[in-house]
Amino acid sequence: MMRPPPPERTQKTGRARFGGERAAVLVPRRHLSGPVPWVIAIMIALVVIAAAGGLALGNLAKTARGELSGAVTVQIIEANSALREEQAVIAAQLLAQDPAVESLRTVPQAELDELLEPWLGTAEAGNPVPIPALIDVQLRRAASEAEIARLQSLLKRGAPAARVDAQSHWLQPVYSALSAMQYLALTMIALLLLTSVAAVWLAARSSFANHRDTVEIVHLLGGTDKQIARIFQRSVAIDAMLGGIVGLALGAAASWLIARQFSGLESGMVSAGSLAPVDWFVIALIPLLGVGIAMLTARITVTSALRRML
Amino acid sequence: MNDGPGNIVTFDNVGLRYGTDPEVLSDLSFNLFSGRFYFLTGASGAGKTSLLKLLYLAQRPSRGAIRMFGKDVITTPRDELPHFRRRLGVVFQNFRLVDHLSAFDNVALPLRVAGVREAELMRPVAEMLDWVGLTHRAHALPATLSGGEQQRVAIARAVIGRPDLLVADEPTGNVDPDMALKLLRLFEALNRLGTTVVVATHDAHLLQNVSDCLIMRLDKGRLHDPTGALRYPPRTDYKRTATQQAGDKT
Repeated sequence: MMRPPPPERTQKTGRARFGGERAAVLVPRRHLSGPVPWVIAIMIALVVIAAAGGLALGNLAKTARGELSGAVTVQIIEANSALREEQAVIAAQLLAQDPAVESLRTVPQAELDELLEPWLGTAEAGNPVPIPALIDVQLRRAASEAEIARLQSLLKRGAPAARVDAQSHWLQPVYSALSAMQYLALTMIALLLLTSVAAVWLAARSSFANHRDTVEIVHLLGGTDKQIARIFQRSVAIDAMLGGIVGLALGAAASWLIARQFSGLESGMVSAGSLAPVDWFVIALIPLLGVGIAMLTARITVTSALRRML
Repeated sequence: MNDGPGNIVTFDNVGLRYGTDPEVLSDLSFNLFSGRFYFLTGASGAGKTSLLKLLYLAQRPSRGAIRMFGKDVITTPRDELPHFRRRLGVVFQNFRLVDHLSAFDNVALPLRVAGVREAELMRPVAEMLDWVGLTHRAHALPATLSGGEQQRVAIARAVIGRPDLLVADEPTGNVDPDMALKLLRLFEALNRLGTTVVVATHDAHLLQNVSDCLIMRLDKGRLHDPTGALRYPPRTDYKRTATQQAGDKT
């Protein structure tokens, strides 16, 4: 007992990082026993739902814009039905000769009657309201204001009762609403991430306080701030990973169910808002982002607490 | 105060106060020399633990300068202090073992912190546990160890890295006289290998059991030098009488 071991300086020969399991034992924990993984799971689930909603709205707006950018409606607003039909034929001929027009279709009267039946009743019921003739036009380029003015001028001589409108103009309020909802989704994601940061900050502080004595010992034995912060980072990363997987599963399932409900509406506009594979890939990255933010938060929290020690 | 030959620690007009309270340590100026055995004595509340905290870099002084291993540790950036701490061994007054680690893992902790590979640390830790007579208790948790066993684990942990300076705060305070003497022999053995040892104690009998020791006495935060330990070069004719004199005063 009185003879000390040989005087070799073993600490100078090592190159093994003080991390992983051998450092983690200093801060013992039981996975999923604390609130942090569950808080992160809920946050990630909500972020996934918000992100899925935002991406779907983005897809919807993009598709609608693409489809309607060159779409133009020509109305022949003439009370006299004979004149109306005559001008509709002339307008269709003029438009068909225009190089900017890709295709056009004169909407049949029967289709118009059917379209307006819920509001105006059937023609047999003696509907006295004159219905404008409609021509759907698809341009080769976007229906800009200058293009609309040019077409209006083109039709002026042959069909003076013609009125040209870009379809996208009618949907401008819808685009604005979609845009507002996308910003709302982004704001929700930012707020949820901030809440997650706050939760991790509190958890890291609490864990640091609980293990302060151990931290002080490691510190006094020559442990660096990085080494100590890594222990807590690892613990938080495992919590965040578990929470992230559960949250992703919950959020993806909820998004899929909502998408299924909407697809049941069989509306062309709504189905345009479905998620593409690349969107699901982005959604799958959310837990990784969560883990990264949680680790960074833990590192900053612990490092700033350590700085208060010598 | 300059670094002299063999001088590993220099305190120059150091004072320490906690918050706005009066100074607990005042005007401390001394050198510690390599390979010497120092006793730090003084009544309870004299400031022994505070002085040791300055020595093992757990506390910054309120004023003055401290040089350690040739460098000013007051102005040294925080991220360089771990390198100094790895050259120190500390036996805390209340052991401060990590409760949920076995005796083996507690002793291995300084080596793991220093980055020693698992395969490389098994032998030195086993030898160290054997040295302190705790091989059969290697896997026991601190809570299941007696006070003396915990003390020996704490000592093994402090010396496993072969520190240049070993600081022990009342290392025999919780053990019986026989065990206290055995622990003291451990420190002497380490000291013979070149480690500077500073032991804080209020036990006068301990002082009489170590030959060639130097004594620093703290009284109300001020340092006294009954053996000439703090001079440079230190006195060589202090031995028995001075030791006994210091023992009488504690």
